[in-house]
Amino acid sequence: MNNANNIIPLFVIIPLLGAFLISLIGKFVKRIWVDILSGVSCFLLLSLSIFGLNILRNSASPVLVYKVGGWAVPFGICMVLDGLSGLMLLTVNIVAFFVSVYSINYMEKYTDKPKFYTLFMLMLTGMNGLVITGDLFNLFVFLEIASIASYALVAFGTEAEELEASFKYAIMGSVASSFIFVGIAFLYGFTSTLNMADIARVLSTKPGLWLTPFVAVLFLMGFGLKAALVPFHAWLPDAHPSAPASISAMLSGVLIKTLGIYALVRVFFNIIGMTGAYSSVLMFLGAISMLVGVILALSQWDLKRLLAYHSISQVGYIILGFGLATPLGILGGLFHLFNHSIFKSLLFLNSGAIDYATGTRNLQEMSGLGKKMPVTANTNLIASMSIAGIPPFNGFFSKLIIILACIEKGHIGYALAAVIGSILTLASFMKVQKYAFLGELKEKYRNIKEAPSMMKFAMIVLAVICVLGGLMLLPGLKFLLINAMDVLLQGRGYADTVLGIAAK
Amino acid sequence: MSIYLLCLALFCVGLYGVLRKRNLVKIIIGLAIIEYSVNLFFVLLGYRFRGRAPIDAQTQDILNMVDPLPQALVLTSIVIGLGVTALIISLAIRIYEKYGTFDVTRIKRLKG
Repeated sequence: MNNANNIIPLFVIIPLLGAFLISLIGKFVKRIWVDILSGVSCFLLLSLSIFGLNILRNSASPVLVYKVGGWAVPFGICMVLDGLSGLMLLTVNIVAFFVSVYSINYMEKYTDKPKFYTLFMLMLTGMNGLVITGDLFNLFVFLEIASIASYALVAFGTEAEELEASFKYAIMGSVASSFIFVGIAFLYGFTSTLNMADIARVLSTKPGLWLTPFVAVLFLMGFGLKAALVPFHAWLPDAHPSAPASISAMLSGVLIKTLGIYALVRVFFNIIGMTGAYSSVLMFLGAISMLVGVILALSQWDLKRLLAYHSISQVGYIILGFGLATPLGILGGLFHLFNHSIFKSLLFLNSGAIDYATGTRNLQEMSGLGKKMPVTANTNLIASMSIAGIPPFNGFFSKLIIILACIEKGHIGYALAAVIGSILTLASFMKVQKYAFLGELKEKYRNIKEAPSMMKFAMIVLAVICVLGGLMLLPGLKFLLINAMDVLLQGRGYADTVLGIAAK
Repeated sequence: MSIYLLCLALFCVGLYGVLRKRNLVKIIIGLAIIEYSVNLFFVLLGYRFRGRAPIDAQTQDILNMVDPLPQALVLTSIVIGLGVTALIISLAIRIYEKYGTFDVTRIKRLKG
């Protein structure tokens, strides 16, 4: 058992070391070594997350706990790998690996590749750390590492629009972080502990009558802004399109999910405890985000901006699923979280490939690209059908589960909203297909080429995962989602599980 | 109690600066004030008036010790705040180079 626990800190150590080495040697060696270094680190992380899930499945205990520095658990920092963290790690590292492969060719048009990889690795450190940490203040620190790296990456092109978007994002993100920090301060003041499991234990023996709802509101504002739920979404449509395409894929694909949804769900389910009131608030915000996001997306002509609005809408689906707080709803939310990170990163990578070949993001200027760029067109078709929820693709199954869960709980209105959102999504992506890939090829694009090989590789593999994603519901792979669901369903029982394992 | 309310007042001053000011530099100052008020609040949570330093001594009562943990956490938080502020100021400098102004109402090429 002890040996198995030792892989947990590697999720933080590998990307952090990668960032350090890349920034150290980046100036002196050829570009290819930097590419190899980042690719190898991301590959190691991906294999480690699969390995970790495998250990978790075969071990007798539902969680693995690593004590940093060997301190006993409620006093020292601990790292916890359970079903939910395992699923999140897998999602983050799949997307990160393909994005790093894609960046090998794509980032050539920017001047400073080593700096890009350094920031990319730091962002990955933040996200991986946030997912596996078992300590509330540590969660805040990792959240800030990921956020600061993402502010810098949004401004990476240093053009006027990018700087403006990054400034807006940084200000709103920092205010959100302050809200989260105040929430942590209140919880510490009330429970005198920072370990998440221990906070949950203290809260269940000593209920804070006015305190827990107040802290819940603070966390909802903070994490809701990071997740771009609708009243807090203003930064996302500016920030995500401004970043380089590979970073947009990371931001929309996994950053809003780890920093926003994962942290929100972990705090609400496992620490504060889910009640009917929180559940209704989450469902309402989810449904509003779902509809507002997709309606705003319909009128966009900038391809990346359109995709960014769809991220808001799809986050709404995920939050709606979690807000239901029934087993089926949580299962749908988790499955949609995984699927959305795959197809949304694929869509952003496609937009990057179009930008790379034609130099435009405006849908009205491009047409008939399907003949010249078959790989991009076909992978984009698969991703569009997945996000719209057409049957054989993964998005269909997760949306279906969420809609069924709504009906099961008796929320017919929310189920209808989800169906309407899905139809509008389909309409919006038909527009993308029609203007970008079908129709006559314009004269000025007569000589464009398909994207380079590494970009094609990343897009094809992600498209294959989109097609096969539905297989995650089969018995052999279902344990991934079921284990994650169990972690959330046990609520404050999380405390007993973690503290019990840690005491051994 | 009044001292916590003063923290809240400081927080509101910072929030006013972020939300209402038109100058980028003033927005950054507002953000810094928010961070300071939050840090101050966290330190005050563990502070005891007429308390003493938390040093292990047999004759002393544990009840009048200052809680050292918030101070350590706030130290981390201050460093994070420094990083964010440095990044945002460098962004503001680059924005000034591109737009030639610090006025947010004239920096709006994006639709929001």
